[in-house]
Amino acid sequence: MTALGNFAGALLRTTAFRLALAAVAVFLLAAGLIVYVMFWQTNRVLTEQAVATVNSEIAVLQREALTGGPAGLNAAVLSRSLALGPGLYFLSDRRGNKIAGNLSRIPPELSGLPNGGVFNYRNPALAAALGENGTDVDPRLAFAVPVDVAGLRIYVGRDIEDQRQLATRVRLISLFGFGALALLGLLGGLLVSWMVLRRVDRINSASKAIMSGDLSQRLPVTGSGDELDSLAESLNQMLGRIEQLMSGLREVSDNIAHDLKTPLNRLRNRAEAALRDPRGGEAQREGLEATIEAADELMTTFNALLLIARLEAGALEDSAVELNLSNLVNDVAELYEPVADEAKLALTVRESGSIRIRANQQLITQAVANLIDNAIKYSARQMAVGAAQSDRSVKVSVEVVDGAAEISVADRGPGIAPEDRERVLKRFVRLEKSRTAPGTGLGLSLVAAVARLHNGGVRLEDNKPGLVVVMRVPIALDKGAEGRAS
Amino acid sequence: MRVLVIEDDRETAAFLQKSLKESGHTADLAEDGEGGLSMARGGGYDILIVDRMLPQLDGLTVVKTLRQEEDRTPALILSALGDVDDRVKGLRAGGDDYLTKPYAYTELLARIEALARRATPEEQATRLSVGDLMLDRLSHRVTRSGESVQLQPREFRLLEYLMKHAGQVVTRTMLLENVWDYHFDPQTNVIDVHVSRLRAKIDKNFATPLLHTVRGAGYMIRDSAG
Repeated sequence: MTALGNFAGALLRTTAFRLALAAVAVFLLAAGLIVYVMFWQTNRVLTEQAVATVNSEIAVLQREALTGGPAGLNAAVLSRSLALGPGLYFLSDRRGNKIAGNLSRIPPELSGLPNGGVFNYRNPALAAALGENGTDVDPRLAFAVPVDVAGLRIYVGRDIEDQRQLATRVRLISLFGFGALALLGLLGGLLVSWMVLRRVDRINSASKAIMSGDLSQRLPVTGSGDELDSLAESLNQMLGRIEQLMSGLREVSDNIAHDLKTPLNRLRNRAEAALRDPRGGEAQREGLEATIEAADELMTTFNALLLIARLEAGALEDSAVELNLSNLVNDVAELYEPVADEAKLALTVRESGSIRIRANQQLITQAVANLIDNAIKYSARQMAVGAAQSDRSVKVSVEVVDGAAEISVADRGPGIAPEDRERVLKRFVRLEKSRTAPGTGLGLSLVAAVARLHNGGVRLEDNKPGLVVVMRVPIALDKGAEGRAS
Repeated sequence: MRVLVIEDDRETAAFLQKSLKESGHTADLAEDGEGGLSMARGGGYDILIVDRMLPQLDGLTVVKTLRQEEDRTPALILSALGDVDDRVKGLRAGGDDYLTKPYAYTELLARIEALARRATPEEQATRLSVGDLMLDRLSHRVTRSGESVQLQPREFRLLEYLMKHAGQVVTRTMLLENVWDYHFDPQTNVIDVHVSRLRAKIDKNFATPLLHTVRGAGYMIRDSAG
């Protein structure tokens, strides 16, 4: 029961219910005002008509009295009284004795009112004529005006019971109508709030499931496209992003567990071996040096990993500046040129003038450096294994293709098989062949993460033989254009 | 050199104190920002090593406050935050150099020695010389024993930086940061290749080598005779 009570309480507290209540109240107020004004106007018109009729009758009777004297007046009143209409008459002498008319007496309500007024009367005959039955007649409402004519006093009146009945009926209908309206409004409000509450409850229970750890849950969407739906949809998008980030994070920790444990173990082994080495001092020194070296490698890997994770989670912050990509690539190539030279490789850059992008200079530099570094490393290794290569080159080019800047680095190394190309862009993936080569295995994934951060991408192509890595970054908007170009 | 180390991790601080002593410097320790600030105000230090995250008053505020008080003592900021933006913030606050944890002690030592040198006026000299090697910063001319040495612009800057810090160890990262303005680990031995090219130009035909490799640390240019 308390659950039901809680639910009812929740129902009454909903915004929808309160809004419905307010709407009903405003509607009732407006309707009441309109009905009142209409009724008031109708009543006035009816009253004016009755008064006008009475006035014209008075004029007629005065004319009769003028032409026929008291007898003529008497005759006129008599004939009118017999007509059994809404007209009411009472002719008397100065002392109030009745001479003629269909009223039995001067209505007591009119005594002391020289200008006439409203009164109740009973007239069984008239009542019967007007469609009522029996002796037990209800009092009827009328009004009358006294006039002195030819030495006599006459009350000329009119039955306005219809008008009273109309008023009563209008009052009754309004009461019922408004009552029904209020009730319907209330019920409607309850229904709407119940529906809203049910949906909110479903959203709530979904949220609770998500909070308790089930990140794959989504908020229910009815498909009606209303505001709750659009809210749920954007929340769902947010949840999707969160789930993606969380799984990214999990992937990182998995990778850390998987790929850092081995070198950590190696480091530990080296330290232990040095400690046990019977040669003593000198061996320990060597062991410590090897340990520090291993620690440095671990740190490099770890830093690269953290950087990638941060890049994948983050947005391009205020660090983005507009820069000339061609210059940047030339500078990096210049840094690596002696390395390529030493490996007997020709490192060439092909670029056609200034290409402006909006980017984080350090990150783009690092990405380009990684690409060139990889290209040199793999080309050199290919030559080392004795593959007959006439073309000893690493070709770097910068150009605008389909509205985006493309940096491509082509080598004559072993290349990557088509089925492996997607995989190597992921963290830590190193093809088995290169497991033994130095490096963290994060170079390409870092490039991919940097490209994604700048709303670009990376694709791998066949250089036949060798590998082409193409990194795409959107070019900067024209000068003067506002906003981020990325 | 008198060094003030403001670092809240006792083990790190003790390690730095001991290592600096072994390198022939004296080091005082402060455990929090406020203590460090008042010790730095007391003056007499040649260099400050300031951890970025400190209790009470963070490292950037300490450096910023000192700079507002016209205290120009060189400061090296240590931080676990290694983003480019973090580095920029550190330098903007008045730090003279920024080193990300974890770091090698040799790297730290090389950097504070370079910073202390920077504070002395000879850095502004237009001509640098080491032994019979002369470098003219205005005419961009380099001579050894009076013979002209032809250098590429980048090689010139590399030599200029090394000579500016003659007699001091200069690490690969310092070269990458100061000569190329790159703040990342290039993994491959790019710097070594550049240095060996430079060495080929200035040392090859002479009996006394000037450009030396310091094992496990970096490079140093010095006149072995002097």
